[in-house]
Amino acid sequence: MMWALVLLPLLGAALSWLVPDNRRRVWVLPVFSLAQLGVSAALLVNTPPPSPAGWIWLDPLGKLVLMANSVLFTVCSLYAVGYLSYRLKRPNRVLCASLLVCLAATSLVVISQHLGLLWIALEATTLTMAPLIYFNHNARSIEATWKYLLICSVGIAIALLGLFFLAYSTIVAKQEVSLLLPSLIRDAAALHPGWRHAAFIFLLVGFGSKMGLAPLHTWKPDAYGEAPGLVGALLAGGLVNCALLALLRVYQVAAASSEGALFQQVLLAMGLVSMAFAAVFMARQSDFKRMLAYSSVEHVGIIAVALGLGKGALFAGLLHMINNSLTKGVLFLSCGNIHRAFNSKSTQFVRGALRRTPWSAALFLAAFLAITGSPPFAPFVSEFLIVSSAFGQGNHWTGALFLLFLALIFIGMASTVLPVVLGEVPPDLERTRYRDAAPTVLPPLALMGLVLVLGVWIPTPLQDLLHEAARLLGGEA
Amino acid sequence: MNSLADQLLVLCLLINFAVLGTSRLAFSVRCVAVQGVLLGTLPALVHPFSWHVSFIVVSIILVKGALIPALIIRAIKKAEIEREFSPFIGYIPSLVLGALFTSLAFIFAAKLPLAPEHEGLLIVPAAAATLMSGFLVLMGRRKAISQVLGYLLMENGIFLFGLLLADAMPVMVEAGALLDLLVGIFVMGIVINHISREFSSIDTSRLSALREE
Repeated sequence: MMWALVLLPLLGAALSWLVPDNRRRVWVLPVFSLAQLGVSAALLVNTPPPSPAGWIWLDPLGKLVLMANSVLFTVCSLYAVGYLSYRLKRPNRVLCASLLVCLAATSLVVISQHLGLLWIALEATTLTMAPLIYFNHNARSIEATWKYLLICSVGIAIALLGLFFLAYSTIVAKQEVSLLLPSLIRDAAALHPGWRHAAFIFLLVGFGSKMGLAPLHTWKPDAYGEAPGLVGALLAGGLVNCALLALLRVYQVAAASSEGALFQQVLLAMGLVSMAFAAVFMARQSDFKRMLAYSSVEHVGIIAVALGLGKGALFAGLLHMINNSLTKGVLFLSCGNIHRAFNSKSTQFVRGALRRTPWSAALFLAAFLAITGSPPFAPFVSEFLIVSSAFGQGNHWTGALFLLFLALIFIGMASTVLPVVLGEVPPDLERTRYRDAAPTVLPPLALMGLVLVLGVWIPTPLQDLLHEAARLLGGEA
Repeated sequence: MNSLADQLLVLCLLINFAVLGTSRLAFSVRCVAVQGVLLGTLPALVHPFSWHVSFIVVSIILVKGALIPALIIRAIKKAEIEREFSPFIGYIPSLVLGALFTSLAFIFAAKLPLAPEHEGLLIVPAAAATLMSGFLVLMGRRKAISQVLGYLLMENGIFLFGLLLADAMPVMVEAGALLDLLVGIFVMGIVINHISREFSSIDTSRLSALREE
């Protein structure tokens, strides 16, 4: 059953490769992602025990990521049907196959309890995203793809070295050599401190660059800016979660060893630096897709701050992971629609989107309010919990800086979003084919509904799951 | 540990310098391929025979010695390019820095708290020196192909360190890592091909449209 999560999308990828027709191939995406969503739901309700060797298991942390990713992926694949019907001239075989392989790889990240296997799956997600970022086949997108490939490959190679160090620390400490998570957590305190320390630093740098924590985020604006909105949504809402999960595995080991506090301090610092970077670069950003990339840097920063604070903030951080991926989905999909309708993503030309694409523009505006932490949307709840936890722990500086950055980012983002949505349509605008239609509006609308619901009511099973996951990270004993 | 393995490791170190000091891309590719083959034979010398080790040996030699070089040579032929011109870090400075990093690697490795059975081995300094040389090539060159070669050198360094763990790493993980590397180079080869078509050059310093104003 667990393997179906990985094999089903792979089967879909093979099938989409075989379908000869551009128009029909697209339908493979929703069929298989819905099937995968079904399997995920079944596994969430009825979780099988760990595999005999202990490599494969769905623990509460994995469940959270699986939930967020499956929902986001299903929405994106439904959107893809509408989106790709506007772009039938461009072959979409590679796109469809890569999307499904990527889904398989993200599922493998979620269920693996062996850090080596997790690394392989994470590297696979990196590679399958490259052809997706390059979908538009122009000079700008190839530049973005090259930067993305090189920086993420090097980052993830550094993470591999970190894993080797971790394995070596078990050899030096004469423990049973293993990269299985449960045994690492059990022996964490006995591992050789020097090698363990080096391993944590390398893993943080490696997974941090994949996640886009400042100052390792330089590939993000380019990749998010040039990729189609659909791919941007998956990068910012899906792949970020996978890299985060890898980091959480390291966090689990760190929390079980004596170095938890140091690891938390580094995360806290990186998180605040990420928010500061985002606040600076978000201001006067003339490309609204690049602006979303900085928003993504901001939100991985927020999650890192929550992890750094620990204790009560862990619950909020995990909740924020889910909220961020759902809201990012709405932002990227609606901004992809606006991009199509104006054939530009520069604020110089794109103004008054409410006139041309009323639904997408309204969604974009609502998602902007949500992601910047306005009530009654879900990110408000998680951000509020993080701030209150910071002040509750007596960490006033962190709380104050956090609020300051949030305010700056709100102003910076508003100065880009508001003219795009509300301004006057420029008179000499070129004609375009795209106008709002159900297939490209309903999927982000459904996601936005989810963001609203989670803002006012978190279902009890989800709350329990979040508490269990936070306990795995050493919070709220 | 026998002396043959030590000699191979010294050869690996020399190959780093060959790559650092040359502008000819095809020659660099062959150097990295030879290093890959050396790397592949090392597990056979360091560890007693087992199916696990022989599988690793065969797959590393096949992937690093044959498939990856073939992919890169093909990219070089398609891009019709032979040399690296005016790198960011010149060849002489690269060699000097390489020598500096190599000696630092030896000093550093002597201070590391290694397991008793690994003390006095050349593996750790060779791994660190190769890793740093890879970084140097990655940072110091303009051409996309040179950057891929730098990445490969780096990976070789990491694999060298992995030799200490060959018993610990399950076959599946090794094979998966190699497969990822192979696919990675395949994708990079395709991207290089598109870069050369789009810009009529694979000079990555021309990739500058996406700067932040």
